[in-house]
Amino acid sequence: MPTLHTVNKSPFERSAFISALNHMRPGDALLMIEDGVVGARKASAFAALLENASQRCAIYVLAPDLAARGMAEKDLVPAAKLVDYGGFVDLVVQHARTQAWL
Amino acid sequence: MADVQAPRVDASVKKRFLCVNRKAPYGTIYALEALEVVLISAAFEQDVSLAFLDDGVFQLAKGQSTAGIGMKNFSPTYKALGDYEVRKIYVEKESLDERGLAPADLMEITYEDEAEGFAEKPLIRIVSRAELSEIMAQQDILLNF
Repeated sequence: MPTLHTVNKSPFERSAFISALNHMRPGDALLMIEDGVVGARKASAFAALLENASQRCAIYVLAPDLAARGMAEKDLVPAAKLVDYGGFVDLVVQHARTQAWL
Repeated sequence: MADVQAPRVDASVKKRFLCVNRKAPYGTIYALEALEVVLISAAFEQDVSLAFLDDGVFQLAKGQSTAGIGMKNFSPTYKALGDYEVRKIYVEKESLDERGLAPADLMEITYEDEAEGFAEKPLIRIVSRAELSEIMAQQDILLNF
């Protein structure tokens, strides 16, 4: 059963995002929340890494956290899918465990 | 009025917990809090193991001396984990390598193996990043610090 990984820190500040990608297994999902959403920006230093990970894992971004930081879906790498709080709960339920990278 | 029943805890349910440690000690409270959670979980007879990766590997460094920073050196507590039935401490090799650390730079942590006449055995297992990912995927609960 796959794992849901959440990342709540910017990859520009902490290594949580890189560590999450390094430990994700094919079929796992990544949900970027809080400051973690900045790691999903297109054309950023981490965009290629995220696009690459999206070949093995689904990538989600929590929409309210994105909107709070003045960003929208058009600002993100194409692989990123937006979810609301209800979608967050659905992801938790759909996975065997959650790994909260902080 | 109907009786309100207190939730019952089924003590026979044993889950696999992995405590994931990624931060160096003393700069934040995470390392100490993680240790407390591990001791509590183990007291509830759960299957608890620990993983140290990224800066978390510094939690196990030998020769920690905190006299100069006015904080309690809690590193000796890791040596008590064996008495709490903790049998697995995983340390990620790549994290050691990235930081210029070798297994010999870590504290010696042992447990007494009852099955083999209380022989002292090492608790620390050095694992690769891929092995640790596999170990994480086998858990019921991941506690991240």
